[in-house]
Amino acid sequence: MRGTFIKTLIDLASNDPRIMLLTGDLGYMAVEPFRDKFPHRFVNVGVAEQNLVGIATGLAESGFIPFVYSIGTFASLRPYEFIRNGPILHELPVRIVGVGGGFEYGLNGITHYALEDIGIMRVQPEIVVIAPADFEQTRNALLATWDLPGPIYYRIGKDDRSIVRGLDGRFDLGKPQHIRSGADALILTTGSISLEVVKAADLLEEDGISNEVVVVASFNPPPVNCLSSVLMEFPIAFTVEAHYISGGLGSLISEIIAENNINCQLVRCAVTSIPRGISGSQEFMNESYKISGAEIARRIVKELKS
Amino acid sequence: MENSFSPYALRRIILEQSKRAGVGHIGSSLSVADIIVALYRDVLNIPSLQDQNRDRFVLSKGHAALALYAALFLRKIISKDELESFCGDGTAVGVHPEHVLRGVDFSTGSLGHGLSIGAGAALAARLQDSDRRVFVLISDAECNEGSLWEAVMFSAHHKLSNLIAIIDLNGQQALGYTKDICDLAPLEQKWKAFGWDVRIIDGHNVTEIVNTINVLNTNSASPHVLLAQTTFGKGVSYMESQLKWHYWPMSDDEFELALREIEETV
Repeated sequence: MRGTFIKTLIDLASNDPRIMLLTGDLGYMAVEPFRDKFPHRFVNVGVAEQNLVGIATGLAESGFIPFVYSIGTFASLRPYEFIRNGPILHELPVRIVGVGGGFEYGLNGITHYALEDIGIMRVQPEIVVIAPADFEQTRNALLATWDLPGPIYYRIGKDDRSIVRGLDGRFDLGKPQHIRSGADALILTTGSISLEVVKAADLLEEDGISNEVVVVASFNPPPVNCLSSVLMEFPIAFTVEAHYISGGLGSLISEIIAENNINCQLVRCAVTSIPRGISGSQEFMNESYKISGAEIARRIVKELKS
Repeated sequence: MENSFSPYALRRIILEQSKRAGVGHIGSSLSVADIIVALYRDVLNIPSLQDQNRDRFVLSKGHAALALYAALFLRKIISKDELESFCGDGTAVGVHPEHVLRGVDFSTGSLGHGLSIGAGAALAARLQDSDRRVFVLISDAECNEGSLWEAVMFSAHHKLSNLIAIIDLNGQQALGYTKDICDLAPLEQKWKAFGWDVRIIDGHNVTEIVNTINVLNTNSASPHVLLAQTTFGKGVSYMESQLKWHYWPMSDDEFELALREIEETV
């Protein structure tokens, strides 16, 4: 997704001189094409994420549209207050691009696992929060939102090849995307882990369990109406996210169910403990924290039987 | 005399409004009063608030906002009513400045934020080929913040000579004297070592402040910092260098005495 993101950004920047790309010294083998094409609109501020966001705030007040690029944890957590008191408070078009949600930086361990970025961003009013599921949706999400007047947080994956079947790259701000129809259970997911959800749905189908699958790429504004409608149709719903269990998709769906008096049982599949002293490939980590295709399918079978 | 834009007029507003509202941060506002007069009366180029090429000002030490409000009033940017809503319920004229108030470029209040915003604004001016300048007023204790030094390094590396930082060197912070809490000395050498053009000035001499700024080369190879030597609570003898006036409001007697003392300076 990050390759697609940069490529799309270059296309946009070719037609709009306001677009800048700022990095906190990350994005090796990703940001270079932008740097080479627009050397004056590319700034590597160095390893200084607070300053990165502060600089972007000053640039945006003067009319630029700065995209701020770093690994998800460093883009969101370290400069969080600068994001809050900067672009959010001032209603400025700064774009925070956090790369590699969940366990995408598998071997790098906990410091590189963005497991609460959606949660902390979504609690702030007025910042658009977007987590595309694959590279095609990334492109369309960027094309649909790059010139919004206020700030945006994008959680972008690293995979530029895989496609989430049934999604066809669709993106609508403030709306979820149905990617599969089914009758037995509803699965809601977001971001790169959608690939694992599709695998789970395939496995379940082999066992005669059909699932409705919905991708939630747009958190803020939250797609409340669309999600309530679909939640009303199922007695049980599962959320799957590469995120801590609190604050993200599962929490959003809980809020919608509770506030709209919907009679739907919710099971949240997410990361429930700190991966302290445990790292490994993304596949291993997803498996360990039970958000791989096989583990999701197993959980759904178990819950449907109980 | 009261409506002429003078250090006396500014200090008088600070005292009157903090007394009326019953709030503190008086010492910090008096500390920067002369710097604010220099900037808002003699330095800042603001043809109109909508002019993209106007100079920008970031009050990074947001807790001195009352001095800024007084200047905005004296410059006729905000009204008397707005000024007098200082610290009222529902006001945009609070203890810390917010950009929704006319004339305030950036909301501040969390220390260590302003210089990086200012550096971004200075970079923007250069990219847009504008000769506007960006002024950032920083407290000395704010130099405790690591994020400030991120912006210091960035600004020097990018040779942002249109960026002018002013440090209110009053030697005090919330719970004590800066030298006792996390000593900043030698501050001049630190900023020099980071590649800035450093000037040491008397932060209570408006003419010196203005003359120093006027000769800064904003097309040179380094950003500028004025280390403004100031006295916390300047102008009111019982407040000068006294820690309690960070937060303390004045009694009626203290208010009368303060007014008399600043009048004597005219």
